[in-house]
Amino acid sequence: MKGNEAIAISAIRNGVDGYFGYPITPQSEVMETLMKEKPWETTGMVVLQAESETSAVNMIYGGACCGKKVMTSSSSPGVSLMCEGISYMAGTELPCVIVDVMRGGPGLGTIQPSQSDYDMIVKGGGHGDFHNIVIAPASAQDMYDYVDWGFELAFRYRNPVIILADGIIGQMMEKVEMHPSKPRRTAEEIRRDAPWATTGKTPDRPRNIMTSLSLDSDIQEVFNRKLARKYAEIEANEVKYTEYLTDDAEYLFVAFGCSSRICEAAVDELRQNGVQVGLLRPVTLYPYPFTRIGELASGMKSIMSIELNLGQMVNDVRLAVEGKCPVGFYGRQGGNIFTPEEVVDAFLKFNNLK
Amino acid sequence: MDTADIKKPENIVYRKPALITDNVMHYCPGCSHGVVHKLIAEVIDEMGIQESTIGICPVGCSVFAYNYIDIDWEEAAHGRAPALATATKRLCPDKHVFTYQGDGDLASIGTAEIIHACSRGENIVVIFINNGIYGMTGGQMAPTTLIGMKTSTTPYGRDPKLNGFPMVIADMISHLDGTAFITRQSVHTAAAVRKAKSAIRKAFEYSEKNIGLSFVEIVSTCNSGWKMNPVDANKWMVENMFRKYPIGDIKDILK
Amino acid sequence: MAFKGAIEIDAQHCKGCGVCVANCPTGSISLSRMVNGKGYNYAEMVGDACIGCSACALVCPDSVITVYRVKI
Repeated sequence: MKGNEAIAISAIRNGVDGYFGYPITPQSEVMETLMKEKPWETTGMVVLQAESETSAVNMIYGGACCGKKVMTSSSSPGVSLMCEGISYMAGTELPCVIVDVMRGGPGLGTIQPSQSDYDMIVKGGGHGDFHNIVIAPASAQDMYDYVDWGFELAFRYRNPVIILADGIIGQMMEKVEMHPSKPRRTAEEIRRDAPWATTGKTPDRPRNIMTSLSLDSDIQEVFNRKLARKYAEIEANEVKYTEYLTDDAEYLFVAFGCSSRICEAAVDELRQNGVQVGLLRPVTLYPYPFTRIGELASGMKSIMSIELNLGQMVNDVRLAVEGKCPVGFYGRQGGNIFTPEEVVDAFLKFNNLK
Repeated sequence: MDTADIKKPENIVYRKPALITDNVMHYCPGCSHGVVHKLIAEVIDEMGIQESTIGICPVGCSVFAYNYIDIDWEEAAHGRAPALATATKRLCPDKHVFTYQGDGDLASIGTAEIIHACSRGENIVVIFINNGIYGMTGGQMAPTTLIGMKTSTTPYGRDPKLNGFPMVIADMISHLDGTAFITRQSVHTAAAVRKAKSAIRKAFEYSEKNIGLSFVEIVSTCNSGWKMNPVDANKWMVENMFRKYPIGDIKDILK
Repeated sequence: MAFKGAIEIDAQHCKGCGVCVANCPTGSISLSRMVNGKGYNYAEMVGDACIGCSACALVCPDSVITVYRVKI
């Protein structure tokens, strides 16, 4: 199935309570698939087409307040609109999953694949001092698996989780293995697992108020520091990456999402020509595998960040490398995709091997 | 019989509603918000629906409504309360869900959200406080500010050529098929308060019938923003606001 | 049937807005010359004409009025 369809099917099979979205290329198949599957007749999952991305994200804000597993999906311009709600949810400490199937920008840009929202999502995603947990799928199988993993992280940390995909992963058709399905949680389970949620005030507890507002600087600061502790815990426990042929590597590619798959082919091609290259694919973009990239940097002749943008993640690679070896960048923009050969050429040029 | 004989618990005919908390309201003296909060608290208590009611606060003066009524609350971003309410009600259909929004929140930044919630026929209650001004940010022009009305951003009075015309939201949404009950009330006299309370109760009852959105507009005062004392503000409201925003039911699909 | 009433005002939480005064049909409330802890001239019951109609309490935004009523 397509990556976008995998998201929809996974949501139904993993006990998601609600999806609220607005059509935008290249991810409209998510809502289309959900509407076709009619999960409200089977699992009771709510699916609703909102009037805008602004409204969609605020619908999941409302759903998350009730302790429900709620999600939305969109593409770059739509996610810009959602940044307001993402910030409010971070400030209210609410779990949710948001899928950004990136396209070329800025502005309306193109509808072709890109990775140009790295900075917006990993560094920002709305106003104020906060982090989204960001996970980057590289296959349709990942799209399927990350929905459930995303909700696990979202509820464990009461924090928005963003699945940062791109048009290639969304549109690409691949075989997907579907794990046993999970039921939706019952009202009792929600009251037990999310005692903070607006489930209706009962005599046994004070009223629950879901808000990100505090007019008192000291109270706000205490809250900000609480968030900082949570982020430190996330950074300590949740960093995830994969490595390909790094054991004997003298050079390293760092690439996420679809770029990592193209880089894998580039690694194979270079190795056939006797160049010992490896690949590190960050699976979590926040928290970022700074430590591992730093360790690898000590033994490398150079590291290149390969991205479908003007060079966004490369700044994190530089932070991780801390000057231990030269750091290069190669990318294409506007919805154009590099071939493995182009990556090989860029590599040879950067390392003066040509 | 002297006063001391009358002041016995068995003779109480009116007291602070049970669901109004002991927090001192931050509203200015004479502000309509306090009265409307009280009516909502009474209706929820009388219907016995405290455990099933979820309120959605706006941004504006009533952003802190959650401090005053003893129910579960969600605090929305500016204008987005109907979106939160939509999801809350659809995901928890057994709950009573209402939004409480001012004119800046509902009629300006949140027009898309309210119009579409009405159009979809969400089974929620919307309480709309229309005092023709932005209270919390210091008395700026609202979409509902009357022509000629002075605010801090219309210091010479609202001029339609410069600022456009006032929006009559309740009438606008009455044309949408998803709305079930739309009424416009006020709370400046005891009789008005009683009528407003019946309207709020009806709105909550309609929301149980799954027949669409119920909308209660309360034409209100903002005496601080209007730069009047509370009693004069009530008079000014009757003489000016009621002309543009006449009191009464606008739509009731069960009638 | 006639009624006689009385009101009790939580003076410390009254903001002295005067809306109750304007709504009282029997002229039984006025604003005190004294101020409360917040500096407001709080409302107080005056005379013995109160009929316990609750008009004052209904329009009170701060819910500070309790109303008592007996048949006489």
